[in-house]
Formats: sequence, structure tokens, C-alpha cells
Amino acid sequence: MSHNFQKDISGCGLIGIINKDGKRISGGFICKSLCLMNDRGNGLGAGYAAYGIYPEYKDFYAFHIMYDELGAKTDTEEYLKKNYQIEKKEPIPTAPVEGIAIHPILWRYFVKPLPEKAERETAWLPDDDFVVRTVMKINSEIDGAYVFSSGKNMGAFKGVGMPSEIARFFRLEEYEGYIWTGHTRFPTNTPGWWGGAHPFTLLDWSIVHNGEISSYGINKRYLEMYGYKLTLLTDTEVVTYLFDLMVRKHGLDASTACTALAAPFWKNIDDMPEDEKAAMTALRMVYGSALMNGPFSILFGHSKGLVGFNDRIKLRPLVAATKGKTVYMASEESAIREICSSPDKVWAPRAGEPVIVELETGKGQ
Amino acid sequence: MFRSLAVPEFLAKIDQVKCIRCKRCIQNCGWSVYSWGGDKVLIDTFKCVKCLRCYHYCPEEAITIEDNPVKYRSNANWGFYQIRNIKKQAETGGIPLTGMGSDMPYPVLFDNLLIDACQVTNPSIDPLREPMELRTYLGKKPAKLEFEKVAGGKPKLKTKMPPQIKLEMPFIFAPMSYGSISLNAQKTLAIAAKELGIVMNTGEGGLHEDIYPYRSNIIVQVASGRFGVNPDYLNAGVAVEIKIGQGAKPGIGGHLPGEKIPLDIAKTRMIPVGTDAISPAPQHDIYSIEDLRQLIFAIKEATNYTKPVSVKIAAVHNVAAIASGIVRAGADIVYIDGFRGGTGAAPVIIRDHLGIPIEYALAAVDERLRQEGIRNEASIIAAGGIRSCADAAKAIALGADAVALGTSALITMGCTVCGKCYTGNCSWGITTQRPELTVRLDPEVYAERLINLIHAWSHELKEILGALGVNAIESLRGSRERLRGVGLDGQTLDLLGVKPAGR
Repeated sequence: MSHNFQKDISGCGLIGIINKDGKRISGGFICKSLCLMNDRGNGLGAGYAAYGIYPEYKDFYAFHIMYDELGAKTDTEEYLKKNYQIEKKEPIPTAPVEGIAIHPILWRYFVKPLPEKAERETAWLPDDDFVVRTVMKINSEIDGAYVFSSGKNMGAFKGVGMPSEIARFFRLEEYEGYIWTGHTRFPTNTPGWWGGAHPFTLLDWSIVHNGEISSYGINKRYLEMYGYKLTLLTDTEVVTYLFDLMVRKHGLDASTACTALAAPFWKNIDDMPEDEKAAMTALRMVYGSALMNGPFSILFGHSKGLVGFNDRIKLRPLVAATKGKTVYMASEESAIREICSSPDKVWAPRAGEPVIVELETGKGQ
Repeated sequence: MFRSLAVPEFLAKIDQVKCIRCKRCIQNCGWSVYSWGGDKVLIDTFKCVKCLRCYHYCPEEAITIEDNPVKYRSNANWGFYQIRNIKKQAETGGIPLTGMGSDMPYPVLFDNLLIDACQVTNPSIDPLREPMELRTYLGKKPAKLEFEKVAGGKPKLKTKMPPQIKLEMPFIFAPMSYGSISLNAQKTLAIAAKELGIVMNTGEGGLHEDIYPYRSNIIVQVASGRFGVNPDYLNAGVAVEIKIGQGAKPGIGGHLPGEKIPLDIAKTRMIPVGTDAISPAPQHDIYSIEDLRQLIFAIKEATNYTKPVSVKIAAVHNVAAIASGIVRAGADIVYIDGFRGGTGAAPVIIRDHLGIPIEYALAAVDERLRQEGIRNEASIIAAGGIRSCADAAKAIALGADAVALGTSALITMGCTVCGKCYTGNCSWGITTQRPELTVRLDPEVYAERLINLIHAWSHELKEILGALGVNAIESLRGSRERLRGVGLDGQTLDLLGVKPAGR
């Protein structure tokens, strides 16, 4: 499939849960909420991301890889062996599900980049950068192999099917995480490909997204300038990489990154106090090509928290709620009430205003 | 002297029944087509350029200007202008001159590109009801920003931003010097630029004192003749532009003859009255890219690093590599002037046969700067054949930060693109220094028409953005995904980075 000639369009439903104390929640819980929004998907894609699921391997990058055929697995493992210490490798546990007749070959690897080995082509790179490079390399160069999860102590589980089918297929009730995101998908011109389902992840960033990024063309070219290779046939991928670039590489905090991605209007900036005006003007000048334009609501998960936010004129729904130390965000309030019948507080975040939830210090890791 | 054998292009005709002998045509024609014959107006149709000044100013609608039906015998190979130019050259031994951009039927790729629109999966946005942003900043942008948190959690900028030109819309006026156009034409541009929140460009003729009040809307130019350049001049505007080349005449200089250098122009250009103003083909202190770097930094020193420096080049075959060199030499803006760009005077042979169209050049430069990871180091201005807001939108989608408008701005002043700017006889008072002609161009009146044009294009651009479902110009800039090619071959599409319609 030629990556440059595809753009995937989809509508969706999404849900995210975080416990600020790092208390772990079962995957069955989030599945229940997501299944209430079946109208928002059409069975052509669903997925989950969970943080805190691999405590016994928390120092290793957990690669979830899907293969179209065994040859791709051989090539990928050959590359991994040369460059990584592989602590453990195993097929991702699955269960037979009636609605899922065919699926790719699914494996997971707990790995650490080998230090100072000739095979590690660029020894000076920090581990995270090397992992990013590995993901880009496998996804763009090894035909039929796709890394769909590469973070530590977290994992993505996704595929073609309804949310309940995907949850049963990956036996999600067996996992417990302190952050969960989930996504059901309504693609309108999908290639029906497992890699195209949400969440999209890179290192420990994960994105679930409802909407279409109308500025995809320039966002993609902007990222390509920094060496990102966009191969996964969907515009949601740009969100993941934009966060990676702005937060991990450029050192912006999550709130500033969200402000750049859904920037305030000039008419508001012009009325701001001098310092803030200078900051916002520079942010728009420098990150203009990263501005995500078009309708979206997005949940952005990382090992220390969860961020939910909307486009600058709120063209897609997003509702948030709290109950004790747990924060919920979803496309519909009903999806939250399905698993939390009496929340302390429910609100609809304003356009472009991120809801940023962080784990309380030292929790959950 | 025998009568020229070059067949006249146009026939000026007066309906003698309608004509009331008011002689207004005689007064209005800058080319002396009409003269008074005692009882009626006489016509020397050889001189007519079809600028239509007489037609518009005849109170009785008695005048018509027709294309001369007498052509040479039709021939698929030998066209009218090929034969006519040979006859003219046989009579004069000279190089035929012309004004304006090339009128040859080279392909215009803008006409083979179509813009996307939203349906169902993403909503289009109504620019009359929702904010729609065109503001553009030209200049070097750092690759990333640093902030420090202050009390209250608001981010405070730590990075020092390089100087920028602020534009309320992504249009600027192309450089046109005092000398090539009249002072009134420059004033018109200046008034409109100030009102619109955009900029005009002095061209290489220096800055007349009457234009100084508009300094916050002016780019001053330094070209090979260095006319009017002094420290005050360099600091007079919001940016300085080094002119290396011009799309209509890449690789050649300019020559304003001494008879067109009256006191006022002489003062502005800082040369003696009546001397030829010669702009050499190259800048004689720039024979290499490292020389350019020295001039860029000499200008930055002279302006204390408070002004962005732009470098204007003609679009030529190797434009991507040249532009990359210019950016690495320290330029904050690269101005690319396409092959179809206008001129006040150029040899026909050069105008019609040297350079490449802006669409190719722009696509190549934007892509090259991205491949090299330096696209943020400089803004790109695209010029040379922007005829409508559609062309502008397509240029921006191909990668331009802003587009420059020369010919279209002059058309609002009465210009009909007759192409005879080099004669200095412009009946509309634009490309002439004859006082009886320039006085016709009232800057206040014509600025309003120019402002109308740019407002109209801005509204159109907002409609396009709205249809695309985006509400800021930066989401269109470089977004080639929103363009599709029709009737273009695979290699051209590849060069433009655009998919064919249907894919």
C-alpha cells in the first residue's frame, strides 16, 4: 500500500479514565463505557491504551508489533536482536472471538537498546530517540511489520472490530492500569487495516482522536522536516508525533503544547497583557505549521497523566467529569455515567482549553 | 526616413458623426496618436498601444480601438510578432523592448490546480460568522521556543524572537521603483499599504521624502545600482531587500536613460540630474554566495539587527539550490520572482525566454528548504504572475508565506497591461514621469481602488479557507494535500508535490 496516496477519514467515540493516586483499574470497566457509544463506531476499528500494565517489566520498552506474514517477523526480529537486549518476547495473548475472523500476527517484546554496539547505528542517540528511530524504520522500511506500541509499562491494543470484540480478543479484563483510553471508530474510507485503529502511540505517548485534521497536509510536512515518517495512513498519527516533537524534543509543557495545537485567536491575543501577548504571538509564529485545524476532540495519554482537549472552535464533543481521585473524559456524558453514575462534577471543556490531569507526585510509576 | 513596414497592431477609429471635436482624446493620449487637423481629429494609428485612455475619456463614445485585421499571411510557424520584430530590428538594429510580464502562451500551472473543500466528514466554516485569520509574519523563526513559568502559571517567553514584518493579510506590493513608476503611483501603493496593514517596496530607486511618513509599511530595496542607499534609507522601512534578479529579466540589469532623470528622481536616487541611471547586471560586490552573506550582514549591522533582510531572486533553473544558499547566507526572507513577473522595461528576447514559472520554482524551493530542515529559517514570498486570489491561494498552498502583487496593483490604477511601460508615455500616469501625465493619478482616489481590490481578495481568501474547514492561513500554507492537479503529467505532479484529481 502506498502511504503517500492515502488519507484516512473517520468519525469516532472516545473515553479516557485516570486515577490520580495511580490506583489500577481493570480493562473491563472502560470497555463497558465505550460499548455504550456503539453508534459512534461502525465496527471498522476500536482500540485501547493502558498505563501501568507491565509493572514487572517497567524498565523495558514494550513493543507491540503486528505482522502481515512471518517473513516480516523474521526481518524485524533480526533487526531487534542486533540493536536491543530482548528481555522477553511472546505472542500477545488473544482469545477467539466470533466477529474477528482474520487478524495479523501479534507479538510483544520487552526490550532495552544495546549501549555502544556497532549495530546500533547511531550510538550517541539517547534511548528514547533511538526507539523513535526504530519505530520509524520498522514501520516505513519493513513491509508488513507495524510497531503499534513502544512505551514503558504501557501498551496499546487495537484492531478491526467493535469495542467489545477487540476487548475480548485481547483479553483486556486481565489487565489493570491507572490510565485507560479507549476509542471506537467510524471510518468513511478505511482500508480496514488493523494498524489504522486508534490509539496511536509513540514511546509512552498515546492518542485517541475524534475528528478530521483539515490541516493534515502541512502538519505532516512540518513533522517530516524533523525526521518523522508518517506511515500509518491516518491523520491522527500527526497528533502523536506533534506531541512527541513539542513536549519531548522541544521541552514545552503539555499545556503550552495544547495551546500551540489549538491556538487562541489573534483578536484575543491582541488584548492580552504584554508578556502573555508576546508569548502567544511567538507561539503562533513558530508553531503555525503545527496548528491543528479542523474538528477534533483528543485524549492524549502519557505515563504521568492524561490531557483532553478540543479544536479552537469546538467542532467535536468532549465532556469531563470527576469522582474522588478519578477523572473521566468522553465524547458523551452518558458514557461516563455508564461507569460512574454520580460524578462529583461534570463539565464541557471550552474550545481550545485543555483539561490537564496529572498523577499526584510519585504515584503510579 | 521611410514609413515603417512593421504593420500597426491596432487601429484607432473615431466616429466622425459622434465626435464633437472636444479634443479630449488629443489631450489624454500619452503617445500622440491624435492631433488636431483644423476641422477634425487626425489619427496616427502606428503609435496606438491600445491603453484605452482615449476610449474611457471620450464623452461621446466615439472612439473604438480594434486589433488590426491586416495581419501578415497566416502561417503556423511564422507568427505575427516574429515577422514584425524582424522588420523592426531591420529598421533599427536594436533590441526590441517591452514592459509587463511575458504574454507568450506558456502553460500557467495555477490553471491546472484545483483546491479542496469540506463535505460531511469535516465541517466547512462560514467566514461571515466565525473568525477567519489571515495575519502573517515574515522573517526568520526559531525552530523551537523556550518559556519560563511565572506566577499565575502563564508562560513567559525566554527565546528572543528575530525581527518580523507583520502583515494583516498575506499580500505585499511588489517592488516598483520611483523612476519606473511615478511618484503618485508609489504614493498610491504606500497609502493603500498603510491602510491595509501590509507593505509596499521602494524598488531600487531610493525613497522619496514624500513616502517617508509611510515608513512602517515600507520595505527598502538595495539593488545593483545602489541608488539612494544611505544609513537613513536602510533604517527607513520595516525591512531591507537585496535585489539580485527580477523574473522578467533574470541575469540582466536596468538602464534608466538620463532624459528620464529630472531633479526629483535625481535627488531620490542620489545621482546628478540627466545622468543615465545604470543598474549593472550583477551586484559588483556579489560574485558569490559568500559575498552575499557579507552584504546581508553588512545591512544587518547597519540596521542593528532590527530589520529582516530579504533577498529577491528571479526563478531560474537551479532556484532551489540558490534559495537554500541564500537562507544559509543569513537571509530572513527569500523573494522568488517567477518568469511571468512584470517589468518596467526589458528586452523581449529576455522576458519571453529566460527563467522558469513561479509554480515550479516555489514548489522546488519550499520542498528543498524542508528537506534541509531550514524552512523555518526564512519566509518565502512568491511573485510573478499572481492574477487573482485563486493564484494567491494556490501559491500559499504550494508553500509561500505571502505573495507579491505588482501588475494587479497597477491595474487598479488604470493600467490595461498594454506593455508599453518602457516608453515613459503611460497615459494613465503610472509608468511615466511626464508631469502632465502623472498629475492624472490622484493617490488618494486610486488608493481607495487598490484597497478595495485587496479587501476583495482577502474576503475571497477567507471564503476559500472556510470551504477548506480551516480558520487560519497557516493551515493552508504549504498544505499541498489540499491541492489536486488536472491535466498534469506524473512528473509535473511529482515536482509540485501534488496528487492528481481523483486520488
